[in-house]
Amino acid sequence: MAKLYSETPKIENLNPKDETVSFILNYSKALSVINYKNMEFEALLN
Amino acid sequence: MQNTQTSDATLVTNYIAGQENALEILVKRHKQRIYSFIYSKVYDRDVAEDIFQDTFIKVIKTLKKGKYNEEGKFLPWVMRISHNLVIDYFRKNSRMPKFDNNSDFDIFSVLSDDTLNAEKSIIKNQVESDVRRLVDELPDDQREVLFMRLYQDMSFKEISERTGVSINTALGRMRYALINMRKIIEKHNIILTN
Repeated sequence: MAKLYSETPKIENLNPKDETVSFILNYSKALSVINYKNMEFEALLN
Repeated sequence: MQNTQTSDATLVTNYIAGQENALEILVKRHKQRIYSFIYSKVYDRDVAEDIFQDTFIKVIKTLKKGKYNEEGKFLPWVMRISHNLVIDYFRKNSRMPKFDNNSDFDIFSVLSDDTLNAEKSIIKNQVESDVRRLVDELPDDQREVLFMRLYQDMSFKEISERTGVSINTALGRMRYALINMRKIIEKHNIILTN
């Protein structure tokens, strides 16, 4: 049988780091979008 | 648990209404699928992490701006965003290839920095001032020829015309200038290397 020289890394149950997830959640809490007339502002309150 | 019962659509609606914890449930529910998808394309944990983060920043912005129209397809929509960001990443990389330094290949063996470091530039200045002092020690006629030849890059023909002597005299003065400088260097044991 032909030999396979390429190796396909196994992808199993990969999860992002907890810091990344918590960054996303904190970003969401800090961001507020303000609509004024037909303008749009993003405010990042940290 | 409530997590498994509440549909994505309801959570999205709740999140838009201001319930921050709805997003937490959504992220925790789908993080593995989205992250694995990104990783399966880029094969780099850090890059996957970055793209995962950017994906959700886009998701959050779109939801908060009220630009998301719910069609019961939250996950496919997020997957599409991450897919586009993966494409962006590869596009950017093909424009600006990244080299990883590993044991086989070191980019700094190919690239070098030609500018002198602080120590070498000090040495260079010292050598140059030593040479200038050596030149000052020479008799006027020799110094004149050496200066024109080396600093002004003139030919011996031009030097002979300018100084009003024959080419041979100019050549001889240059020769003696160099001999004299070597003598002074040897006598005072001056080191002129960097």
